[in-house]
Amino acid sequence: MAAPSPSLRTARARVKGLGASGHGAGHWWQQRVTAALNIPLMIGFIVIIAMMAGRPYPEAVALVSHPLAALVLIGGVISVTLHMRIGMQVVIEDYVHDKGLKFAALFANTTYAVAVAVACLYAILRVSLARLV
Amino acid sequence: MAPTARPTVTAPLSPHLQIYRWTWTMAMSVFHRITGTALYGGTALVAIWLVALASGPAAYGWVAGFFGSLFGKLVLFAYTWILMHHMLGGLRHFIWDVGQGFDRERRMWLARGTLIGSVILTVLIWALALVIR
Repeated sequence: MAAPSPSLRTARARVKGLGASGHGAGHWWQQRVTAALNIPLMIGFIVIIAMMAGRPYPEAVALVSHPLAALVLIGGVISVTLHMRIGMQVVIEDYVHDKGLKFAALFANTTYAVAVAVACLYAILRVSLARLV
Repeated sequence: MAPTARPTVTAPLSPHLQIYRWTWTMAMSVFHRITGTALYGGTALVAIWLVALASGPAAYGWVAGFFGSLFGKLVLFAYTWILMHHMLGGLRHFIWDVGQGFDRERRMWLARGTLIGSVILTVLIWALALVIR
């Protein structure tokens, strides 16, 4: 039997306890918090979609521009895009081993999550704030 | 003297999916990832829908027409089921996070419950949406 290999981790790294990712358990917690928030927000999202189905344009705009609907949608977009970004990051880190490919995939992942978030938030604000003018 | 070659030891590889017999818990674990990935792509549909709403009646009419078609409804139905499955899978993880439900009996019950529950919730949501309208 080989002697147990000495740890390569420095004393400081061990004390900080952030592990190989450098982030510690931060993402783990963020995934749980957003998961819990997603439940009521997605139920609200389904209700809004169901209410809009088959309605003419002015009614659809009126529905989304209601402050409660807009707030649920904004909260949902933020919580979901945060959740899906770190969820996909785990999948990438599990299956993409090539360093360059992994970097590209992680970059694309963040870009996609931000693009979806920005597009959705802009659209919600555009629709809901236009009513005031 | 020439340096002696170190004995090459093939790294022990842990068997992957194709080695194991499929079980409910394994299937639902894999499915949680697949549904998460599908929802990730599906957020683009939400962004398209919201941006169309913000763009005006013509763009919204086109998108609403797509989601109102048979194919569009099928996409929405699948989306609902995938969302419900991922939500119940997440709740299962919350149960495990607090250290519960690890024994064989409950583990299997939770895995089956995820699939059966997601189908029931999806049918319930669509039935409710169609009845209310």
